[in-house]
Amino acid sequence: MNSIQKYTDAGFAKLLYERLFKSKEGLIGFIILAVILLVILPLGLSPFRLNMAGKYLCYAFAAIGLVMCWGQAGILSLGQGIFFGIGGYCMGMFLKLEASDPVTTAIQTTPGIPDFMDWNQITELPLFWYPFKSFSLTVMLILILPALLAFVMSVFYFKGRVTGVVFAILTQSMVACAWYFIVGNQGYFGGINGMTDLKTLNGWDIREESSQYILYFVCVFLLLGCVLLSRYVISTRLGRVLVAQRDKEARVRFSGYNITAFKVFIFCFAAVITSIGGALFTLQVGFMSPNLIGIQPSIDMVIFTAVGGRESIFGAVYGALAVLSAKSAFSEAYPTLWMFLYGATFIVIVLFLPKGLAGLYHDHVKVWFGRIWSKSPIASSEPEVIPTITEFEKEVPDAK
Amino acid sequence: MGDYTAQEIYSILIMQSFSGVSLLCIYALMGMGLYIIFGQMGVINMAHAEFLVLGSYTMCLFSQFVTESVPFLANYYIILAIPLSFGIAFGVGYLVEWLLISRLYKRPLDTLLATWGLSLLMQQSFRTFIGARETSADLPEWLLGSWSVSEMIDIPVSGLVLLGLTIALTIGLVVYTKKTRMGLRMRATTQNREMTAALGINTKMTDRFSFAIACGISGIAGAFFTTMASTSPSAGTNYIVDSFLVLVVGGLGSLLGLFISAGFLALLSSILEFFMTGSLAKVWLYLVIFIVLMKFTKGLFSDKVRS
Repeated sequence: MNSIQKYTDAGFAKLLYERLFKSKEGLIGFIILAVILLVILPLGLSPFRLNMAGKYLCYAFAAIGLVMCWGQAGILSLGQGIFFGIGGYCMGMFLKLEASDPVTTAIQTTPGIPDFMDWNQITELPLFWYPFKSFSLTVMLILILPALLAFVMSVFYFKGRVTGVVFAILTQSMVACAWYFIVGNQGYFGGINGMTDLKTLNGWDIREESSQYILYFVCVFLLLGCVLLSRYVISTRLGRVLVAQRDKEARVRFSGYNITAFKVFIFCFAAVITSIGGALFTLQVGFMSPNLIGIQPSIDMVIFTAVGGRESIFGAVYGALAVLSAKSAFSEAYPTLWMFLYGATFIVIVLFLPKGLAGLYHDHVKVWFGRIWSKSPIASSEPEVIPTITEFEKEVPDAK
Repeated sequence: MGDYTAQEIYSILIMQSFSGVSLLCIYALMGMGLYIIFGQMGVINMAHAEFLVLGSYTMCLFSQFVTESVPFLANYYIILAIPLSFGIAFGVGYLVEWLLISRLYKRPLDTLLATWGLSLLMQQSFRTFIGARETSADLPEWLLGSWSVSEMIDIPVSGLVLLGLTIALTIGLVVYTKKTRMGLRMRATTQNREMTAALGINTKMTDRFSFAIACGISGIAGAFFTTMASTSPSAGTNYIVDSFLVLVVGGLGSLLGLFISAGFLALLSSILEFFMTGSLAKVWLYLVIFIVLMKFTKGLFSDKVRS
């Protein structure tokens, strides 16, 4: 495509199409995902199950974030729970303030403040709660706070060349730190109980069946938006630099790229996406507690990504849905068996399926389809969609 | 402090610093197994804490067995329990390395996930096969007593044994890594696996043995934690973050760093816990660690040779 054509409308649309979907296969994958989420699930599931599916999709945001920073850029973060929690708590604080208006809380010593503050002898709304009186400010904070925190959390370590493994350990300690912080500040954040009794959003009851229906669709549309945005980021030159530095960091560094900036950017990007998921989680579930963002939930997010395929954005969505549905199906009936199965999943995925469900698809399903329609474009585009096939055999240079 | 005499302040100081030293020993023992696995071999073992718990359970179950079947040995069973917990953790570690870790040396981040799965499996095994309730060991009388150095200074015997054990394990570890053939092979293998293999050293067996030894050391450490806290299937989650942080703060691959950072953490956490509640003290402890690591990203004492 020449440069003049690029600036015409048709050329731009074509460029965007190439960026977002790469080939027909990407477009078909996206349409299938959209149809499953927008048509099949709402028609096939009872309202209760649909709400559960909406809850699982919130974790899919976190999984997409991990595809971006772990699968694409090689930064394993065991602390995505922090960002999930920021989104969730921001939304929770807004809803909690709305739920505790002076009339309903007239029984308290200080009416008009959240109940847990009253129980902890706080008589005035703390200053940092004031922004959460406004919905637009809350939405802005849901997007800005995780980016700021992710920046502070990562910039010094990436500049000091903290390697993947140590950074993973550090993020895990950070999520432990966040957990202790919320539990320790019972008066300000509700402690171990979290934010409960969330009722309305600008006067609109979020607990009713019809509103949960709407929230599910809001969640799906935002999720599909994040899928497209992430695919766009991957397709840009920035995305290619990220993949390059994942595979050979020193080589990219010596080519003159400032790797720190790229890494910090993608870490912040992942944080913001995860935070959106957290905010939607609070809206759909109606509460937020520190146990939803601790060490274990953060690693769960990593396993969703690993099951789906760490490099595949569609895979992340399916991974979150698959693992969480399996969890609710098994753990209700056989809790002990589920824990064994879950632990074994980690090991089996790592040992035998390092590319997860997406790898299964690429290596078997697609080959099978390709044999049936040997002249179809799907088979011919094969080399393009597997960027680094030997990546897992290669030695990781930053092991130490 | 007007009401205290100089003598009393002196004794309080001695006893407090002794309890600080005990805390240092706990941190150091947590990190010691990881020093070999993570610091030397470069493998992330997220199931490390479960090996500590395995040691604790060995101690508890053995003490129950002894008090029920051979009560006349009840005062001395610890002498047998420590090698036993080493042996069991060694065996499990050997199996784990053979079945799991040996396939993942080139993929450190994946080892992290696989061993997390392993830790879930081990936790659930403890819950299913041993019991979900908290257990503790029946400690012999002499361990619970204290040693009166002077009229005012009482030093708990368990703390003394803990200190002695830490010193003994440290000396053993230094001798093992720096003076023995096996230690030399371990260090060579971690520095350059291919070259070491080319020199005719069986790197597979070296790795397996080093990993198993590290697990055994964690087993001993865990056995000793029963003297301070009860054991439950999920007790490991309390240890895992701290044990990795001790090692990261000290600098990977530096035993001196491990001890200095254990001292740093012990000092910091006892100061912080004096001023605030437990969970907020943890928050500040972690925040200080993160800030220190922002400046010293390789840890306080990193091994210069390998950087």
